Amino acid sequence: MSATEPSLTVALVGNPNTGKSTLFNALTGLRQRVGNYPGVTVARKSGQCDCGNGTKVELIDLPGLYSLSAASPDEQVVIDALSGHLAADHRPDAVVVVVDATNLLRNLFLASQLSELALPVVLVLNQADVAAEQGLKIDTELLSRRLGGVPVVLTSAWKGEGIAGVRRAIGEALVQRVRMPAVEWPALVEEAMADVAAGVAADIGRAPGRADVERLLFDSTTSVGQRLGWAAPRRDAVIRAARDKVRRAGYNPLAAEPLIHYERLRKLLEGVVQGGGNRTGGSAAVDQVLLHRVLGPMVFAGIMLGMFASVFWLAKFPMQWISGGVDWLKAVVAPSLDSMPMLQSLVTDGMIGGVGAFLAFLPQILILFLFVSILEDSGYMARAAFIMDRLFSWCGLNGKSFVPMLSGFACAIPGILSTRTIEDPKARLATAFAVPFMSCSARFPIYALMCAAFILPKYGAGWESVVMVGMHCVGLLFAVPTAFVLTRFVLKVKPQPFVLELPRYQMPKPRDVLWRMWQNAAEFVSKAGTVIFAITIIVWALSYFPRDPAVEQRIRANGDSVGAEVVAARVQAAYVEQSYMGRFGKAVQPIFDPCGFDWKITVGVLASFPAREVIVSTLGVTYSVGEGAKADSKHLQQVMFDAKWTEGPRVGTPIFSLAAVLALMVFFALCSQCGPTIATLAQETGGWKWAAISFVYMTALAWLMAVAVYQVVIRLT
Amino acid sequence: MTPLSQLLPGQYGKLTSLNPERSVDQRLMALGLLPGMVLKLVRKAPLGDPLAIEFAGQVVSLRLTEAQNILIDVAADCPVQRPRPQA
Repeated sequence: MSATEPSLTVALVGNPNTGKSTLFNALTGLRQRVGNYPGVTVARKSGQCDCGNGTKVELIDLPGLYSLSAASPDEQVVIDALSGHLAADHRPDAVVVVVDATNLLRNLFLASQLSELALPVVLVLNQADVAAEQGLKIDTELLSRRLGGVPVVLTSAWKGEGIAGVRRAIGEALVQRVRMPAVEWPALVEEAMADVAAGVAADIGRAPGRADVERLLFDSTTSVGQRLGWAAPRRDAVIRAARDKVRRAGYNPLAAEPLIHYERLRKLLEGVVQGGGNRTGGSAAVDQVLLHRVLGPMVFAGIMLGMFASVFWLAKFPMQWISGGVDWLKAVVAPSLDSMPMLQSLVTDGMIGGVGAFLAFLPQILILFLFVSILEDSGYMARAAFIMDRLFSWCGLNGKSFVPMLSGFACAIPGILSTRTIEDPKARLATAFAVPFMSCSARFPIYALMCAAFILPKYGAGWESVVMVGMHCVGLLFAVPTAFVLTRFVLKVKPQPFVLELPRYQMPKPRDVLWRMWQNAAEFVSKAGTVIFAITIIVWALSYFPRDPAVEQRIRANGDSVGAEVVAARVQAAYVEQSYMGRFGKAVQPIFDPCGFDWKITVGVLASFPAREVIVSTLGVTYSVGEGAKADSKHLQQVMFDAKWTEGPRVGTPIFSLAAVLALMVFFALCSQCGPTIATLAQETGGWKWAAISFVYMTALAWLMAVAVYQVVIRLT
Repeated sequence: MTPLSQLLPGQYGKLTSLNPERSVDQRLMALGLLPGMVLKLVRKAPLGDPLAIEFAGQVVSLRLTEAQNILIDVAADCPVQRPRPQA
């Protein structure tokens, strides 16, 4: 790839909701690459853009932002990328600033800040069609002249209009290198900047860039000082003195930047924009309904119900096709390997099973991201957050935590992936941490098995429903306090204000929606997929080896009187019992003894760490029913119902007492038994630290609560 | 002078003061909300918090606690709305 890689890079920047991503997709087609900036969980999207005349550039789609005063990691990345401080990228050769043509003043604030970077600029006035509908007339030539000759292009990326003009303008900008004129600061402010620059130069031995100086002078929270290695005591003294100078110029130092830029822009736009009246009119009418006190929550509930039903039920069909396809492939491949049983098991159970294990998540990911993309692109996501924020703000989350947590009830993986829509990094991490507590669909089989085998026959259908509903609430009950403690006491990040634009409603563009679904799925497969595959192989090996043929011979010798199927099940049970997994299960059974688990359940629990739904088939194996056992298998239910302790203090009493059944269900409700979830957490939080904390915390909590439930219930019954 | 958090939906007025030390106010200034500008409380969320405010042709949401220290000089010609009976 590197041989053909274009050596020129152009950055795409702009406010959120300007149609920047649509323009990016239009400019690059589908030649895109998605990665991560090193060390932060900010996605790096880049693609090749053809600018005509054989010039190809690498176009980088930087995260949307309103201002250069960095508060979030996303914003920090933009500043570092544009000033050339990212290890991965050199400073871009030009910047394309995308602005919303219907609100030039606010959008040009960022452009005006960028003018201090002295990079060649192309200004794209997007959503020109909407501006025209609103009766706005924009004199682009006058605007270009006032901006020192910077090319100004009118586009409607949604309709695909003006794209060629942008390509041409990028090509020209790279040659003519026209920059936006910098701001004319009042003399005293200029002096203050010079003082800061001199202070930096004196202490670290090299002059800082203009943009760095402005961040140091104007922002109360900036990491530029740390990046430059400018130590605190000296830095604070210099900056305090410089800010006093700004004060003498008549400005509050923390307000000077927007005041001066907006003043400049107001003059600059005089005569450029004409006409236009009610800019928020159409959306305001829609909001009358969608944000109405009564109707709003009803519509919201309807949309969320539809989304959840789709992820929960609709995804079942493609998931069945995938598992059907996996079984078919196993059946096709297996006979050719009959002569080599070890290899046969590795290929069918390990490898094909491992690929199937992560492919099974794709339908849910694709369906959830279909909804998330439509909700975001249409502008409804901000409204949903507006409606829900009150319910989440008290525990440190925000309104945008709702969609991830709801989808967690179907599957944690798409839920964690969708936390990307949360701008506040603290709320994002806390939400991702809380999502795996939601009772996902993989927990359902063990609840169903336990209820059908023990609760229903002993206590009736009424109690069965109570237990089922209760189990779905257990996780939520622990997730909310966890998020509260995490955001209040553990994460020492400054909370971000929940200032959220409620953008104009827009029709989502099908290409953008499909493209985003595809990118999320592809990223999941390439990153989490490899981890899931590896875990499956490891667990396969642990429960396959050692495999002493004597075990099988002994059972076959004793099993003449029973059918071949029963013998096969017994052979399998015996092999698992003496496998590393089985031995390990017996060895650690004392740890699970206080929860009332025998060694067979313990092996089931251990084997379920990569994927909790495995518990049912593992219990099928350890209780010699066969690995095909399903939750509704009457045979498995009966065998478990009859199972008694054969040794120890509880000998002769049923293993599956009410206490043990409830303890097992609570354990599964809380335990972190999902390799893909751990892998996704690591992918989304930028390392294994939070994934490891989540695993240890959830597993320890599950054990504690299972012990508590067992010990209390056994004394009451 | 009325705190923004106490405006009724539909009321508007001139912004008299912001506190640039606070990160909320910094964000709002970046969005173009500057002293002297007219802003309007469009609505409250169904649960009473957050608020939706309109200024310079855009609608922005912020929480009640974040709106307490933003002072508004409510315009005399505001449509006076009866406060909704609390349910």
